[in-house]
Amino acid sequence: MTLNAFLFQALNGLSTASGLFLIAAGLSLIFGVSRIVNIAHGSLYMLGTYIAYTFATRIGGVTGFWGGIVATAIIVGIIGAAIEFVLLRRIYRAPELFQLLATFALVLVINDSALYLWGPEDLLGPRAPGLRDAIEVLGRRLPSYDLFLIFVGPAVLLVLHVVITKTRFGRLIRAATQDREMVGALGVNQAMLFTAVFALGSLLAGLGGALQIAREPANLATDLIAIGDAFVVVVVGGMGSISGAYLAAVLIAEVKALCIGLGVVDFGLMKINFTKFTLVAEFIVMAVVLIVRPYGLLGRPQGAVRSIAEAEEPIRPANVFVKALGIVVFAALLALPLFANYSPYLLVLGIDVLIAVLFAASLHFIMGPGGMHSFGHAAYFGLGAYGAALLVKWMAAPMGLALAFAPLAAFAGALLFGWFAVRLSGVYLAMLTLAFAQIIWAAVYQWEPITGGSNGVVGVWPPAPFNKATVYFLLALALTVPGVLLLRRLLFSPFGYAMRAGRDSPLRAEAIGIDVKRVHWLAFAIAGGICGIAGGLFAFAKGSISPETIHVGRSIDGLVMVLLGGLQTLTGPIVGASVFAVLQDTIMRSTVYWRALLGLVILFLVLIFPSGIVGTLVNLTRRIRLRRKAAT
Amino acid sequence: MNQPVTAPMLNVERLNAWYGAAQILYDLSFSVGRGEVVALMGRNGAGKSTTMKSIMGLIAQRGGLVQFNDRDISRLQPFEIARLGLGFTPEDRRIFVDLTVEENLDIGRQPPRHFPDGAPAPVWTPQRLYALFPNLAEMPKRAGGSMSGGEQQMLTVARTLMGNPLLVLLDEPSEGVAPLIVEQMAQTIIELKKEGLSILLSEQNVHFARLVSDRVYMLEKGQLRWQGTMAELDANEDIQRAYLTV
Repeated sequence: MTLNAFLFQALNGLSTASGLFLIAAGLSLIFGVSRIVNIAHGSLYMLGTYIAYTFATRIGGVTGFWGGIVATAIIVGIIGAAIEFVLLRRIYRAPELFQLLATFALVLVINDSALYLWGPEDLLGPRAPGLRDAIEVLGRRLPSYDLFLIFVGPAVLLVLHVVITKTRFGRLIRAATQDREMVGALGVNQAMLFTAVFALGSLLAGLGGALQIAREPANLATDLIAIGDAFVVVVVGGMGSISGAYLAAVLIAEVKALCIGLGVVDFGLMKINFTKFTLVAEFIVMAVVLIVRPYGLLGRPQGAVRSIAEAEEPIRPANVFVKALGIVVFAALLALPLFANYSPYLLVLGIDVLIAVLFAASLHFIMGPGGMHSFGHAAYFGLGAYGAALLVKWMAAPMGLALAFAPLAAFAGALLFGWFAVRLSGVYLAMLTLAFAQIIWAAVYQWEPITGGSNGVVGVWPPAPFNKATVYFLLALALTVPGVLLLRRLLFSPFGYAMRAGRDSPLRAEAIGIDVKRVHWLAFAIAGGICGIAGGLFAFAKGSISPETIHVGRSIDGLVMVLLGGLQTLTGPIVGASVFAVLQDTIMRSTVYWRALLGLVILFLVLIFPSGIVGTLVNLTRRIRLRRKAAT
Repeated sequence: MNQPVTAPMLNVERLNAWYGAAQILYDLSFSVGRGEVVALMGRNGAGKSTTMKSIMGLIAQRGGLVQFNDRDISRLQPFEIARLGLGFTPEDRRIFVDLTVEENLDIGRQPPRHFPDGAPAPVWTPQRLYALFPNLAEMPKRAGGSMSGGEQQMLTVARTLMGNPLLVLLDEPSEGVAPLIVEQMAQTIIELKKEGLSILLSEQNVHFARLVSDRVYMLEKGQLRWQGTMAELDANEDIQRAYLTV
């Protein structure tokens, strides 16, 4: 490959970087001020592509295209402000992860709205009026629109820089990023400020989306791809740093461009196709950056969020009522096969629920009591599932051995990734776990000779008598119940106390001799191992496993389950996983717009039960008890 | 009796506050009159800061009545309370470290306001504040994060004054700053009083409180234990020993 060809790819990378920067800058601004990780930011970007497409094709010409881009940015800005006004401002006091859940619900709703309004087909916009030709650069033809995009990024960076450093609005943004409560105590209406910042951030996302229509078609998958890219850019650049976001966007786009430019390289011993790395390149960059600079390239440690949310209640051992309820539920589950004749589907659903419970309980273990918010729990589910399935495929291992291997594979993986992850906290930890999960996913997806690539591994059926749903259900029950009980027991052991102490006050915990990192590391690995059991059970229950089933969607499902039940209760993940699995299995079958419906259900739950289902019940009983006490 | 000389500007009745399940304040009742400097005294952990934060609406779990100029503010948000003319300087200062001195002042800026009787409240501009705090005048472009503790303490007071408040909640202004600054702080409070401002001061240092305060409320473990004029406290060594001496 010639030097010129390299430089040409580098130019291409710069125009991609502009797009990445626009979406990441908005996300970073919004996070900085509101501390809300707005997953729906990618959806706003996607809306930008669709709305701009509509302008460009319906009105057409210069006005439709260029005027449409401006109009789109403004419209998306207004949509963002409306989202903040109607939904998000109701949940600023909710736990951070609950806000995440709400914005994820928005992703679902917006995606189905776009499906309804614009249909499922990709929509390719017209080429930009006035910039249709290409110019000769370094002996190749570079579309002049790409050249235009190269300048858009730095131009927006400059404008943002001036706004942030020179205006009162910018000063308020910077002040609120550090201490929004104090800004409020000085007489600034935070709600207005937040709405304005949301509008600005959303406007940038809309602009970014609108500018893309001349390069790429509007597509319903854009939302999650865009938010994934934006997260990586923001985290690599440093949360809240706009210049960092541009730097990171350039770095990532250039690494990707380099991978494409290198193509297949023959190293003598083996040929490596670097284009395959584009899928993981950004995540590898992110993992490396976070390990070397835990707060991103230009980021700084986040100040603790000062909020007036209530302090968390300590978790309590089960009282007689909860224990009795547990026994009743267990007995009911044992009896479930008796009803299988009426509805054979019941057992399939039952197995799904049990797997979901084990998955969610293991995630809750590190998220709730451990305080480590993993966005990549699918990795350990996947390691378990693939560990078991591959053992069957390549070594014809019996099911028992494969199921025993599943948690070991997941434990080993969690041990490795956890070592890095526990060195970070908050959003950075979440993003690093996400990066690891993406790397596992990409490895499975790309390593076709071993894993079957996108086709996955098929024919992983359980042998008799487990091939009957009844028996397999009981097997799942026999693994899930002890798994959940073990996690529960651990929380009330000295290890569990140490873990919770490390969550609540790392410094004080260390001062009394607890090696917080080691405790959290081990907890992370244990949770991974238990999650691996769920993965193994899943592989045999479905008879197959594919990369799709371990994609980021599964990690998010896990978060939804845990938050739905309530983060600070022990029965929460069980209830949340059950409700989620049943909802998913029933809603999915009833409508094409199941995503929107699921999203609305989640939003409803978030607004009505802001402390999760179980948390709400606990609060309710406590209030009743207090009232009784007051009455006597 | 220990009552404000003028009609109370800030009136607190049966104030309670909790952090989670732990109750911090128990039925506190007190008042601050117009133009008065009142000291809220007690040892560390007595509940002085929590009282101030509760008045300002910064503690979510609070109960009781808080009136400011006869208006119930106990359900208002912090920014609404600030816009009624109640200024708050936190004990940990909470300077915006990324912002310069000028910029910090600008965040606190609010329109001029009047007392309930129509008299104009003192109006503060950066120039006036630089005159009041000459140290700050030397460093308008300095980032908040690279200032000394004493300078930050002045900045936090100046920032609150930019809101042209009628009454200032001043949380431990003498804590952790050099003796020279402490003296300057006392001078500032006296100046503010001359301007007609009311001040609720939290303090555990009786020497400092003596310089500036008219009256005293003594807290211990979230409860009001004693109240009286500054002169009475000065004369009463038993009370000082019981609630202040470490």
